[in-house]
Amino acid sequence: MTHRPRRSIEEITDRTDRIIGAPTEALAASAPALADELLAMGEDVLDAWLIGKGQTPTAELSEGFRLLAQHRQAARGNPSFNACRETCRELVYHHNLIRLSPTGEDAPRNIRLGAMVLRHLALFVEGKLVADGLGDFCCSSRPIRQGEQAELKTEAL
Amino acid sequence: MGEQKYKKVAYYPGCALESSGHAYNASTKAVGKELGLDLVEIDNWNCCGAMEVKNIDPKIQTYLSARNLSITEEMGFDTVMAPCNGCYHNLKKAEYDLSHDAKSVEVNDRLSQKAGHKTYEPGKVETIHALDWLKHAVGEEEIARRVKNSLKGLKVANYYGCMYTRPRHIFPEKDKGPGSESTAKPHFMDDILAAAGAQNVDFPLKTACCGGAHSLSDSDTSTKLVLNILTTAEACGADVIATECPTCHTGLEMHQIRAEKVMGRKTHVKILYFTQLLGMALGLSPNKVAVQENFSDARPLLKEKGLA
Repeated sequence: MTHRPRRSIEEITDRTDRIIGAPTEALAASAPALADELLAMGEDVLDAWLIGKGQTPTAELSEGFRLLAQHRQAARGNPSFNACRETCRELVYHHNLIRLSPTGEDAPRNIRLGAMVLRHLALFVEGKLVADGLGDFCCSSRPIRQGEQAELKTEAL
Repeated sequence: MGEQKYKKVAYYPGCALESSGHAYNASTKAVGKELGLDLVEIDNWNCCGAMEVKNIDPKIQTYLSARNLSITEEMGFDTVMAPCNGCYHNLKKAEYDLSHDAKSVEVNDRLSQKAGHKTYEPGKVETIHALDWLKHAVGEEEIARRVKNSLKGLKVANYYGCMYTRPRHIFPEKDKGPGSESTAKPHFMDDILAAAGAQNVDFPLKTACCGGAHSLSDSDTSTKLVLNILTTAEACGADVIATECPTCHTGLEMHQIRAEKVMGRKTHVKILYFTQLLGMALGLSPNKVAVQENFSDARPLLKEKGLA
């Protein structure tokens, strides 16, 4: 479990904008730290969702990453959250890319792309939170969840 | 040379391809014709249930999609091709529900009887997407052989959207190893356009949500999500975002305009259906694949790249 202060989604989107716009040299100089920061901010985004849902965010790891365990936790019983599954995995992937070659010439580009992926995750979760107070945002899977409890309108047909 | 069984299939265009997605309809048919494939539109088809009916009662959505499958079977086809991600998803979901959920079976049977048509039984019809169709009926080798106007030099970010691969359990044919589509990293569109000469860029948001369902009810969120997709594609070096879903395509186009008007954020990447790109690579004119119908005017870029 994280002991650092969590950042709000607004703070995270502001921070990602600053990272994306930062000079290449600055990104290159702090590549490993930025890789870790991006991943930590991704965890904060999912914390916001889980806490909003009244759950205690997991401290466990999945495939070596807390972010993936959090995503699994968030999607349990809520399949629409799978719409950000690959976004979480892409964030982990970019973290690994940067960490594997922090001094490589691609590191600044990977940091920017990682920040863009993080921004998408933040916007997606923010949208879900805002839509109707933890309401549904994703179109594709809402009925699958609802179908378990829904009163069938077809009964009247 | 591709699989024979997919060379003539039933065609379910769905509502979007008769309206906002008309360019997708026109380009899909044009590409099929050029490649010698037969598409037979199913008779008297109805809405797949889309999001609206599904959100009211998923069982009615299952019935509506099953009715289209029933007609397909009655017409003597065992395969139906649905180019729209929403339709494709819903037909696959109906197939899954009718195989796994007794209540869905009961509702489908009752409504089918009341409507006076044969009840669809799962397993009779295979639903495929336009990507499956071209990949399996033709294949990359044949596409590469048929290319008259290579997409060489065109950098493409392939955007699949969220419904083509999710939820995984309704797509049992995916994730089956070599030759099959991947739900985590879909590649059929990449494969097809690479065969047509395009240079695909590594695009990390290829299955990310575009906010399509809330395009009108929560426009700001949709605009922000789309803007992030557009700017990420540009950061990856893409000239074009290739789409395979009319909802995503329309969302990307409309919110590209809205991002500029409301947020003052102009992006330059062009948005084209993958069938439009493939059609031009096969030698069809931009007009034939309805490029002029797109809001995102790619004609100057296509001219620059020798495609128009």
